[in-house]
Amino acid sequence: MNIFNAINSDESPNDATSSPNHHSNNKEALLLHLADTTLILSQRNTAWCGHGPILEQDIAITNISLDLLGQARNFYQYAARVINEATALNSSTAEIANTGEGLKEASEDSLAYLRTERAFKNLLLVEQPNGDWGQTILRQYLFSQFQYLLYQQLQQSNDQQLAAIAEKAIKEVIYHVRWSSEWVIRLGDGTPESHARMQLALDELWPYTGEFFMPAEFENKASIGFELDSLKQPWLEKVSELFEAATLPSPNSMKSTFMQTGGKTGNHSEQLGFILAEMQYLQRTYPNSVW
Amino acid sequence: MESNILNENSLIEIRQLLSTVCDPEIPVLTIADLGILREVKIVDQTIEINITPTYTGCPAMDMITINIRLALIEHGYKNILIKSILSPAWTTDWMTEAGKEKLKAYGIAPPNATPSVCEPKLFAEAEAIQCPLCNSWHTNLVSQFGSTACKALYQCEDCLEPFDYFKCH
Repeated sequence: MNIFNAINSDESPNDATSSPNHHSNNKEALLLHLADTTLILSQRNTAWCGHGPILEQDIAITNISLDLLGQARNFYQYAARVINEATALNSSTAEIANTGEGLKEASEDSLAYLRTERAFKNLLLVEQPNGDWGQTILRQYLFSQFQYLLYQQLQQSNDQQLAAIAEKAIKEVIYHVRWSSEWVIRLGDGTPESHARMQLALDELWPYTGEFFMPAEFENKASIGFELDSLKQPWLEKVSELFEAATLPSPNSMKSTFMQTGGKTGNHSEQLGFILAEMQYLQRTYPNSVW
Repeated sequence: MESNILNENSLIEIRQLLSTVCDPEIPVLTIADLGILREVKIVDQTIEINITPTYTGCPAMDMITINIRLALIEHGYKNILIKSILSPAWTTDWMTEAGKEKLKAYGIAPPNATPSVCEPKLFAEAEAIQCPLCNSWHTNLVSQFGSTACKALYQCEDCLEPFDYFKCH
């Protein structure tokens, strides 16, 4: 049964056996996963503001940050709506929606600023450190290439809001893929120094790519309408093609096939805590302060 | 506003008022010129205005919403509902011809009619963009990302001026 139809069906909210909360919890988790992933990558990329190798590229990476932040806002706003509707339906149950600590109502801000690292569901790749320019570029490329394929599918979702967010964002993602692809080639097929650095970045980041295609329980149960695993082959083909042009090793020849997992279920690398500490500092220290 | 009841005449005045609301980043363009004003209607005595963002993260949208509200409140209108619509996604095709001319006069190259650079091959030659200052076609792409999300950075090889191109989308 499809989650999105289930929510709109006539099932009584008082019927414990068909509690809409089960469905909305999966949908909520899916939306938070999409929101957290884009927010954390945006936050990572913004650290380049004022530090890019040249002005134009500094502007490019911060523009990409802005696009990602916009996506995150759309997903958070939608997640907040889903959470608040579910809370209203189930006000009698003890289950408190994941609104951020102690708040009665979720908002895009409470979801971004008042959840702890175990509640964040972002992909592990996006929380990895910026490293040098090469590592930032490679992280962006590996992610954008996946995101392009993901949004292509989400556009077809029978959840209209999710489809609309993907339809809007994919036009920007095309620019991200193109920009990061060109840089992967430029650096991989550049000087011995830039090539060596790209190789290091690849060794560092590759183990975080497997998680893209391993569905969490909420992704299975929220019926996203396609198998995540089906994106793997098209992604590998695109990556192989680009790596060949960039004189980087083919994905088939990677030394280790071990893949890190856990981001989607809140088991993060040690990086995320530091990101949140900085990103959430203001709201934590001066609660409810506004711009 | 002459009475408290909204009717067809108020709709005309509302449209007139909205035509004075400009993009805060590119103040020569109105929100109608840009194609981000999608629909204005009156539903049960509430003014419903649908707008659509150019780019997902466009920070001007919040300000545009405030400016729309202010323009109407100043003229006595209340009960305003502004909705942000994502689908169908905004495209530069929705920019008016008058808007494109104003853009060029302001020094920003307007988007080409056919969005042919949206998915080109890597390192492919960018499509020709005319310099808005000296009209030369002898120009170079400096960066696909410019001073705002909706613009790319070019330089003219003839007059040597750098300029923004409102990129196709």
